[in-house]
Amino acid sequence: MNKRITIDPITRLEGHGKIDIFLDERGDVEKAYFQVPELRGFEVFSVGRPAEEMPRITPKICGVCPTTHHMCSTKALDDLFKVEPPPAAKKLRELIYSAFMLEDHNLHFFFLGGPDFVVGPSAPPAERNILGVIARVGLEIAGKVIKLRKECRDIITLLGGRVIHPVCGLPGGISKPLAEDDRLKIVDVAKNGVEFAQFALKIFDDIVLKNKEYVDLVLGDTYKHTTYYMGMVDKNNKVNFYDGDVRVVTPEGKEFARFRPGEYLKHIAERVEPWSYVKFPYLKNVGWKGFVDGKDSGVYRVAPLARLNVADGMATPLAQAEYERMFTTLGGKPAHNTLAFHWARLIEALYAAERMLELAQDREITDPHIRNIPTAIPDEGIGIVEAPRGTLIHHYKTDKNGIITEANLIVATVNNAAAICMSIEKAARGLIKGGKVSDGLLNMVEMAFRAYDPCFACATHTLPGKMALSVQIRNPNGDIMQTISRE
Amino acid sequence: MAKPKVAFYWCASCGGCEEAVVDLAENILKVVEAVEFVLWPVAMDFKIKDVEALQDGEIAVSFINGSIRTGEQEHIAKLLRKKSGLVVAFGACAHIGGTPGLANFSNREIIFDYVYQKSPSLDNPNKIFPQEKTTVKEGELTLPKFYNTVFTLDQVIDVDYYLPGCAPPPDLIMNAVEAILTGNLPSKGTVLAPDKSLCDTCKRKITKPEKAVIKQFRRVHEVLLDPEKCFLDQGIICLGPATRDGCGERCINANMPCRGCFGSTSRVEDQGAKFLSALASIIDADSEEEIKKITDSIADPAGIFYYYSLPASMLGRKFRAEL
Repeated sequence: MNKRITIDPITRLEGHGKIDIFLDERGDVEKAYFQVPELRGFEVFSVGRPAEEMPRITPKICGVCPTTHHMCSTKALDDLFKVEPPPAAKKLRELIYSAFMLEDHNLHFFFLGGPDFVVGPSAPPAERNILGVIARVGLEIAGKVIKLRKECRDIITLLGGRVIHPVCGLPGGISKPLAEDDRLKIVDVAKNGVEFAQFALKIFDDIVLKNKEYVDLVLGDTYKHTTYYMGMVDKNNKVNFYDGDVRVVTPEGKEFARFRPGEYLKHIAERVEPWSYVKFPYLKNVGWKGFVDGKDSGVYRVAPLARLNVADGMATPLAQAEYERMFTTLGGKPAHNTLAFHWARLIEALYAAERMLELAQDREITDPHIRNIPTAIPDEGIGIVEAPRGTLIHHYKTDKNGIITEANLIVATVNNAAAICMSIEKAARGLIKGGKVSDGLLNMVEMAFRAYDPCFACATHTLPGKMALSVQIRNPNGDIMQTISRE
Repeated sequence: MAKPKVAFYWCASCGGCEEAVVDLAENILKVVEAVEFVLWPVAMDFKIKDVEALQDGEIAVSFINGSIRTGEQEHIAKLLRKKSGLVVAFGACAHIGGTPGLANFSNREIIFDYVYQKSPSLDNPNKIFPQEKTTVKEGELTLPKFYNTVFTLDQVIDVDYYLPGCAPPPDLIMNAVEAILTGNLPSKGTVLAPDKSLCDTCKRKITKPEKAVIKQFRRVHEVLLDPEKCFLDQGIICLGPATRDGCGERCINANMPCRGCFGSTSRVEDQGAKFLSALASIIDADSEEEIKKITDSIADPAGIFYYYSLPASMLGRKFRAEL
């Protein structure tokens, strides 16, 4: 007799996300489906719009990472109009981007993913949120988290106009220069940022790495997948969020591909499944073998751990030291432990803060020359950046007047869509035996996808949050046999 | 006295309105002190069934962001309406449809056709489309219905107040929360923001053209943008004349023109039509041919004039019959 477990995040009831787990006759997991039940059609309504409006239109895909879409779109316009921004404009864009990565990674650790560790995976669900984190770490530290977030976001507001949906990006530059007194303020924020990022890593050390139960969880098989990895690197093969080549490594860590943004179609293709509105990208040159890992499967992963796996290191000294320490602890590179995404995320936040400081200390950044006016006739442009949640691709075609005729977007979390399905299924397999499910299971299954910091605002408009779960076990007639809810 | 119950919910939205609440920074702790959240998916663990268990009207206020694009979103919006004393449409998408409302220039079929059949990175040889019901080996999987049209919140349920903006700025959010907590509310249907136009408070107002002076319109990437001068005077389309004030001129401060996220003032029925009339008064032309030549220099007028407000406009969508 087969059983079905429907895990309804509250968001599914809102129309945003859903997990279905099917059990076999023994009550073990036969198959799990993670569904994305939403779509907005940005690619379609972008057609007919002036290309230069795309950096203002596409951030509406996601209010959590609007800066990512804004920068990716602006870079696609540089390519479209064949115009190179002046050095100060490039630096300002990367400065905005670094401030964004720093605050966004911290948001995930303290508000969204971190509560599972800081408060505990099996703590009472009512405490497993930011308020529970505050209760554990104290109001003073909570104040620091809020302050750093506000300072980073104020920098984005200063340069980008608005932090939720910045507007400053133009082909060949940005709309506003940086004043010297503002530069000095940013230097101070960046210094605080470096300190804070080190402090966050120390919290991770104290709470996760010094706890054997957590270390076993991180290293265990339940949260492990042997996949390809994708991420952007600079010319020295160091992690870069804003610019560079996309590098892919095999499950053994060997370079499999390295390509310019304009070549992405040679490497990535997307599958459609009838049961989800999201598409499933895979490596074209490996092939689609379904939702499986291993060297013969084109499934790849993106986002913090993937970026650290593809790179040879970090471009800043403090982050580099943490990078080395992480891979030593995890037993070498590449690391396949899904929960180590949390650790890699904090190392990236440290890099973002260090990079922000470097840029703010560069006097050229206040150069008033921030625009090159495009003169070429536009036809096609592709931009890639690394979003907090992975590689993001914007691809536009236009008529000769720069009116969009076609747009293709491969959004960060979507790259991880297949891996997220697999991670949920594997966690469920490891945790559900003989038809027995417990309250603790629910959060453990959530942890399998929360590690990716999945931005369903991008992929499905759901946020990685403290989603309430209820599990219903039904018999084949659809009668509810058992309901477990987290209250 | 029991704290007032509050729900914060998203429909077809981007999550920016949730971020706007977190951007209240220290004030968020004050809000948490003063109210009892009964639903806030981004931050807390309450479920829809908890909401269903409440008495009708038991929630003091529900803040709902996002437009309505799927059957489930409509269902939850209706549930919250039933359970709430007040409903506030929070942010541009719930208020006037938002930028994703530009999808009303197309329809479900066109969107599905491109996304699942034509996009260049696609590998879909069997021409699979997502289905509302799919039978897999193990059982049946369902997806919510994807509507043809993007709706504003008040096209689906009765709305008491509106908080405009993409996203609403923290000061307006705090003002609204305080007004609700103290019961110091304006008449139903009010937009909780100043009722004057953006140009009225714009720092560049003194250079705004008072008469017909524009011979040609320019696009933002084509020219260096003067940081002091009115955008319209530079021939750059700026929706300031047709847009409500209260945003703090955020885009103007970054030296970029307004695109109208606050919607129009209470005296205006249709934001795009209002902008068209403002535009007509500054075009300097002697003949019909010249008028046409000048207006032809505006790239994508429908998309720009209705950047945020197409679903709320008199137009509504491209083909009315598809509503």
